[in-house]
Amino acid sequence: MAINTVINTACPECGKSVPVAADARVSSIVGCPDCGVELEVLSVDPIELALAPEIEEDFGE
Amino acid sequence: MIDGHDGRLAVLTSRVRLEENLIFTALERRRVPYLQVDERDLMAELRPAETRFRGVLNRIMSHTRSVYAARLFEAGGVTVFNSAHVTATCGDKILTTTALACAGVPTPRTIVALTPRAALEAIERIGYPAVVKPAVGSWGRLMAKVNDRDAAEALIEHKEALKSPIHTVFYVQEYIDKPGRDIRVAIIGDEVVAAIYRGSDHWITNTARGGKPEPCPLTDELVKLTRLASDAVGGGLLAVDLLERPDGELLVNEINHTMEFHGLVEATGIDLADRLVDYIEETLCE
Repeated sequence: MAINTVINTACPECGKSVPVAADARVSSIVGCPDCGVELEVLSVDPIELALAPEIEEDFGE
Repeated sequence: MIDGHDGRLAVLTSRVRLEENLIFTALERRRVPYLQVDERDLMAELRPAETRFRGVLNRIMSHTRSVYAARLFEAGGVTVFNSAHVTATCGDKILTTTALACAGVPTPRTIVALTPRAALEAIERIGYPAVVKPAVGSWGRLMAKVNDRDAAEALIEHKEALKSPIHTVFYVQEYIDKPGRDIRVAIIGDEVVAAIYRGSDHWITNTARGGKPEPCPLTDELVKLTRLASDAVGGGLLAVDLLERPDGELLVNEINHTMEFHGLVEATGIDLADRLVDYIEETLCE
């Protein structure tokens, strides 16, 4: 049985709980299930979230 | 700083998406020493580097910063995947199509107009519907399908109002009435690895816009065109996007130098990250 460990952290925008995978990496993006903003994982121990930088005009692949 | 990290592979990131996660996992599985370098922390003193990374995998999402970073690392004698030349070419549709056309690779008919004054004539020469794209950018953003002269005049006026030099250069293409899908092919060095169809009801077929990935057979023609396209821009770790005309003729549309490959992995089950790391290790060990 797979065990997915999730850590709940407060959304810096709306304050509601955001589930973040325990093995998330720095610079990963997670969405707030409540207000929908994109959040960037700034640190993982402890998990710290901030509003993710917006996609810039010259972003691409 | 871009130096001071002797012996490790640098992975330059803007965000850690599924692709970067898979790449990190592949590196860790092989115990390849690497350092994730957030592009927002990058700076370089313009002097000869004393110690340096073993190589650089460039996953920066900003075209401007990606090209500068690649050039700075290359100036320090470090091999960058992809090279600055390839990144500069593939990140700019005008340079990509120019390289493809010079190499005789079939592409949609394209006219570049360097001013708004020339843009209407360019669109009229292509004929309606025409597709106008920004030279830089991905994911189908700011692409316009121009169905008539009224729409063309309005689009040109709106772009002029943006007061940005890049928006007053017009990349105009014929509209290809494709069969509800395009084709993405991954090529790593000389090896054509996998291909997918990206289907959509919308004229913009892109997995970032909801295009659904399905496996696509690697026909001889597809392999040949993909290799030609890759060679035309300098080669490396690339995703070549192709369109099909109604009669089946294949056209190379775009080439992506920081490929997003989650659709390829989802549809084919091929571990693209592993293949990328293979290629990087083999190249650095040569």
